[in-house]
Amino acid sequence: MDAIHLLIEGFSLAIQPANLVFAAIGVLIGTAVGVLPGIGPALTVALLLPVTFKLDPGGSLIMFAGIYYGGMYGGSTTAILLNTPGESASVVTALEGNRMARAGRGGPALATAAIGSFVAALIATAGLAFLAPLLVKVAVKFAPWDYFGLMLIAFVTVSATFGASPLRGLTSLGFGLWLGLIGLDQLTGQARLTFGVPQLLDGVEVTTLAVGLFAIGEALYMASRHASKPEKPLPVKGSIWMTREDWARSWKPWLRGTIIGFPIGALPAGGAEIPTFLSYTMERKLSRKPEEFGTGAIEGVAGPEAANNASAAGTLVPLLTLGLPTSATAAVMLAGFQQYNIQPGPLLFTQHAGLVWGLVASLFIANVMLLVLNLPLIGLWVKLLAIPLPWLYGGILVFASMGTMAANPSVIELLLLAGFGVIGFLMRRYDYPVAPAVVGLILGPLADSALRRSLQMSLGDPMVFLQHPSSAIMIAVATVALVAPFMFKGLAKFRQDED
Amino acid sequence: MRQFLKSAFCVAALTGIMFQTAPLAASELELTIMAPAGAGGGWDSAARSLQEVMMATGQAKSVQVINVPGAGGTVGLAQFVGNANGASDQLLLAGITLVGASISNNSPVDLTQVTPIARLTGDPLVIVVPKDSPIKTIDDLLATIKKDVATAIWVGGSAGGADHILAALVTKAAGADPSKVNYIAYSGGGEALAAMLGGQATAGVSGYGEWQGQIESGDLRALAISYPEPIDGIEAKPLKAQGLDIELVNWRGIFADPDVKGADLEALKSAVGNTVQSKEWKDLIKARGWADYYAPADEFKTFIASETDRVRSILTSIGLAK
Repeated sequence: MDAIHLLIEGFSLAIQPANLVFAAIGVLIGTAVGVLPGIGPALTVALLLPVTFKLDPGGSLIMFAGIYYGGMYGGSTTAILLNTPGESASVVTALEGNRMARAGRGGPALATAAIGSFVAALIATAGLAFLAPLLVKVAVKFAPWDYFGLMLIAFVTVSATFGASPLRGLTSLGFGLWLGLIGLDQLTGQARLTFGVPQLLDGVEVTTLAVGLFAIGEALYMASRHASKPEKPLPVKGSIWMTREDWARSWKPWLRGTIIGFPIGALPAGGAEIPTFLSYTMERKLSRKPEEFGTGAIEGVAGPEAANNASAAGTLVPLLTLGLPTSATAAVMLAGFQQYNIQPGPLLFTQHAGLVWGLVASLFIANVMLLVLNLPLIGLWVKLLAIPLPWLYGGILVFASMGTMAANPSVIELLLLAGFGVIGFLMRRYDYPVAPAVVGLILGPLADSALRRSLQMSLGDPMVFLQHPSSAIMIAVATVALVAPFMFKGLAKFRQDED
Repeated sequence: MRQFLKSAFCVAALTGIMFQTAPLAASELELTIMAPAGAGGGWDSAARSLQEVMMATGQAKSVQVINVPGAGGTVGLAQFVGNANGASDQLLLAGITLVGASISNNSPVDLTQVTPIARLTGDPLVIVVPKDSPIKTIDDLLATIKKDVATAIWVGGSAGGADHILAALVTKAAGADPSKVNYIAYSGGGEALAAMLGGQATAGVSGYGEWQGQIESGDLRALAISYPEPIDGIEAKPLKAQGLDIELVNWRGIFADPDVKGADLEALKSAVGNTVQSKEWKDLIKARGWADYYAPADEFKTFIASETDRVRSILTSIGLAK
């Protein structure tokens, strides 16, 4: 119970008025940058680092934590309202969230995202406080072959985001995988498919593809249909708050999303995207109304949003216990620690206990502040949908382009964005789902390097994947998930033939 | 007419003097430092540190940092060289990784084409093994490599980077073929750390600072550092002190426009020189865990040339460059 005692001490540091102000500034900035596509929390924290050098370490780290959590909240808002994910972890949220918003249920979608994020972050922050040293021991044992097993499961589950036609889904996934090959091969440093364009050596940025396919594609599609038959989204239908049924359908996905998100976020190469895919699939399978998926199922927003925020807290586990930043924002926060001569790592919890627990406590506080800030804003956000469509989509085009340019000011990047926009338009026009393309770009390079690292360690022996129980189990799960539906179909057909 | 010529001459002379003197008043400098990498990386934080100290010590009136990420810095370098017009206010922060990236990416531009101003910091690399490894000393590691180079699994940062180069140099010193080195590249020292702690590798290479916590807590055993001399506060001895003639430092330096000349160049040199000799700079690099590796412009220039040749020959022996 030592930890509880330390946590109470942490709260006494975090509720000092000055630190509360820092937390408030952090969540405000974080929400703002999360809403704008392209400008992520990493860039914001990097810009603020020199400014905060003069402040005391506690205050500025508390502010950074606020920005970090705030960015996660903000990213989902645009995904739901405008079908424009602010960052890649919100791609899945856009699938159901935007359908809900179009049907006049933007309010409940935003509410379940905000409350789900709150619940998930609360539980995951508690997990960070009490389980971090334990969890990290498991996490470092996660070897390349285990990552490969996890990727296989992710690939199989992605089929849930395919929509009606698996063939169209696979085509879209293949496009994403192909994009994922572009750039320097991480293991050998050789260029692949770059055609001599140096800007392509780092590969295609996930946010550029997501913003291009989703936001620009959407805007072009709307424009193409506007003249013939203008679509009128319902700004608000029914209550803007969650109904009793919404609550009943949301709380389990929140908890399940948290359970998936936190441990995967804590893996050194886990990330926030994979848990959102897994959560979406799980909710779709478990839902009593699976037919609503694709037309605006609240579970499809609640689960992935919870998974997203839980993984954000999970990311702090390797950062604080190993000094290992697993996301760009965490890398910048590491620099923040170092500028006060504090080295996160195995000794951080003992050497700077006061600071760590102050940070954990302020994560709790930032989380409460975000909920208080976001719930009243929902009423304001849904008004966005009342803006006449040409203006709204004109604004989206401007923001999407500006955001991309802010992240990476290059002509090539803008051309890519425009190109992806046109592809996104064509995919919508011919009814291909866009999400699998983004998924392919995220998972492809991860699976590629996990596979080849494993083989490099085993000197080329493929048995390495089956010799380790953990990876063997994951591969078996993926195989069963892939084959079982066909087997059942085949069996059913076989019996029919016999009759 | 004569009168006119005379006064015109005077004006020209005066403006000439003004042009010459203006940059010398260092506090009037308004600079832009390009970090050819994304926010949060080593070059970015070095650029922002320099920005901070130059402004705090009054060596520059204002300093702006811009990030041009891409391809190990070659995208930023190409843009920097492409936009060159002799401007006296454009700086580039880069290091050994860019030397390697220019070579392995077949980049048309490299660091010998920009004007060196000063070498700033140099981080020692460290060679570690997991804490329960039977390998206790650098000689044990050399023997393991010599026995079977393929099963000696190295982990470290990006392919062709400083970590990879050091692994190849040690393999060569062990008497094995450096082109056979089984080096598994991770996106950075952090991810490689997980592979080390998980016991999936024989040995690992990274910047000392990145693994300092695990070395001090005893989770990793440091065999040697690649810095030429012992460093205060680092227990591991240099490779050179352990009988291997290997020296490799992850250095970072600051460069100016290829065509900057004369008084403008001198002004930049003295502003950066004064900055790195200030107490503020020394305190800051200490806080960041960087080692001071200052070298003035002339020395830095010869260093760049020799480093480029050396890196090219190592990368060729690994098979990453032709």
